[in-house]
Amino acid sequence: MTNNEVPKSGFAEAGADLELVGITKRFPGFTAIEELDLTIPAGSFFALLGPSGCGKTTTLRLIAGLEEPTAGRILIGGKDVTATKAYQRPVNTVFQSYALFPHMTILQNVAFGLKRRGIANADALAHEALQLVELDHVAGRKPTQLSGGQQQRVALARAVVNRPALLLLDEPLGALDLKLRRQMQVELKDIQSEVGLTFLHVTHDQEEAMTMADTVAVMNKGRIEQMGPPQELYELPHTAFVAKFLGQSNLFTGDVVSSSSTSMVVDAAGSKIEVPVARAQRTSGRVTVGVRPEKVTLHDAAPTATSGRNVIGPGRITDVSFSGVSTQYEVTIPHLGAISVFAQNTSISSLHHDGDTVWLSWAVDHAFGLADEAEAEPVSRFHADLDTSMIAVQSRKDLEAELEEA
Amino acid sequence: MAFTAFSGPATAAAEPAARRRSPIALFLLLPGIFYLVLFFVTPLISLVITSLQAPDPLIFGQYVNAFNWQNYVTVLETYWPQAIRSGGYAALATLFALLIGFPLAYFIGITLRPYPLIQSLALVLVIAPFFISFLLRTLAWKQIFSTEGPVVGLLSAIGAMPAGSSITGTDFAVVFGLTYNFIPFMVLPIYATLVSLDLRLLEASNDLYGSPATTFRTVTLPLSAAGVMSGTLLTFIPAAGDYINASREFLGSTETTMIGNVIEANFLVLQNFPAAAALSLILMAFILVLVAAYVKRSGTEDLL
Repeated sequence: MTNNEVPKSGFAEAGADLELVGITKRFPGFTAIEELDLTIPAGSFFALLGPSGCGKTTTLRLIAGLEEPTAGRILIGGKDVTATKAYQRPVNTVFQSYALFPHMTILQNVAFGLKRRGIANADALAHEALQLVELDHVAGRKPTQLSGGQQQRVALARAVVNRPALLLLDEPLGALDLKLRRQMQVELKDIQSEVGLTFLHVTHDQEEAMTMADTVAVMNKGRIEQMGPPQELYELPHTAFVAKFLGQSNLFTGDVVSSSSTSMVVDAAGSKIEVPVARAQRTSGRVTVGVRPEKVTLHDAAPTATSGRNVIGPGRITDVSFSGVSTQYEVTIPHLGAISVFAQNTSISSLHHDGDTVWLSWAVDHAFGLADEAEAEPVSRFHADLDTSMIAVQSRKDLEAELEEA
Repeated sequence: MAFTAFSGPATAAAEPAARRRSPIALFLLLPGIFYLVLFFVTPLISLVITSLQAPDPLIFGQYVNAFNWQNYVTVLETYWPQAIRSGGYAALATLFALLIGFPLAYFIGITLRPYPLIQSLALVLVIAPFFISFLLRTLAWKQIFSTEGPVVGLLSAIGAMPAGSSITGTDFAVVFGLTYNFIPFMVLPIYATLVSLDLRLLEASNDLYGSPATTFRTVTLPLSAAGVMSGTLLTFIPAAGDYINASREFLGSTETTMIGNVIEANFLVLQNFPAAAALSLILMAFILVLVAAYVKRSGTEDLL
């Protein structure tokens, strides 16, 4: 019977470390996770961020014990749990589908885990957990009588009430409206810091991941691309995927033409872009460098070149979208393509218009160099018209212009 | 799929009051009402009248209308052992059908879910025996269980049974026949509830420290209760009134006579129509009371 035991030892005093060692998961026909190594320190709020199909939910299911890894080991609090079943692990999950038991009342749902572990005052604790999510007044109802948002909060209460060493959250706030989501984010964070549990939060919402988590891991195609505190990830992305998935980025690809001990210069279709060596993953050959849109400044006239600033242009504003606090411009520069610029609306007169000719500049210190190359994108938003009729129209216009001048 | 008609909680949405009172609804119900009156209420009244008839004082074998309620007392006094045996056989057959049918339904509805083709095939195999007459299949079992048959041969060869003995005509043979014949009626409604069971609920139970046994007891079983209810009723009711399996021509003997055989004998052989009618009504009342109590206890009134 030793292998059939359900963890009965009260509540977790604190969160536990989670360690994944060389985890690989293959399904018939495809590999969901390849050689994944991951350590989540006890008591941290860890977010696994990635697009759908990147393997993040599979990772969660492996940790919960709902799937078995093809290879590798899973350790919780230093104990190897790879061979144990889901019900034996000190882990609880908030499922994306809520998975509330339809034949039980809300209270019975929340008390389910406590009763399985034989905890004496299960109902009282369940009521407490329901008060936490402000749903104690519906304790006697069945899940189908609740709204989607309420069901999600019950699912949260049902997992949190067990005070697991490790709480897994599978897109738990997806069905909530913005106000409730903010409130739940704060509450989740409170519960986490109050009890010191380890939270592993899986989401595709980058804003949610960045506001809640201490550490964010960006996952793509079964691998972790980059991991670190949200700010670090945002300011210094290592790969094109992270640069594009976490916020927006303007990326330029070109050859390194000169480099010193502190910085290197990249020739991107004729424009010289300087990047500090310390912020670049690669310093020779063909590289992709980038800058965040809010770091870029617009200029009406060509700014005088100063050291420590990259200047490109001239280009034309092709799109302006005003969003109150800031304005997003899209500037098309010949050979470089469309570049996004976020400008704070600090003064009324600073507004630029569609069609204006502008120059762009940003501090060299804000640029970053990536480890991989951005996928080739069309140079301009419009493809060059090379068919004969367009060439004919163009040459006729040129001819007319010449005649007028003459 | 038609089997779902047996399963699941009532999901009928509340009709708007105006539409419910519409005379058109009543008009559309007319053929149904007519059918029920003609083929259920009329024979029932006729059966009640027959059950109270008394023998004609002049012509032997004829009966006249009367209020001879002693018929009920007489048949109960005469046939109570067969009545009890019917209930016992039917209960045993229902129990065995459940014990065999639930795992089978679970296997088809849940284990085979990733393989839809095999699942459909397995379902067809459950229904396939219906393509052959129920009488022929029961006769085949008589052959298999007969003194010269393979089962007795094997059992006597290993010394478990004296040579030359017979299985047919025993309680075992009749209960076996009933179980065999009614298993599909148990499997299909249970299958219908299990096939739509959300497996994520089982995962959630697992995640919340529910071992496989606990998960089955607290999640799977309650969520398939409607199917188990329908299945047991669909098995017990016809099994209690069955007269084929227990008859001497099939798997039974004079020792295994059920209430259905008694009714058959009274109607067709003894031509004691009042006794047969009284027995039929007693059987009907017995089943109704039993089913009502069962449904009440199970708390699934929406089935009735």
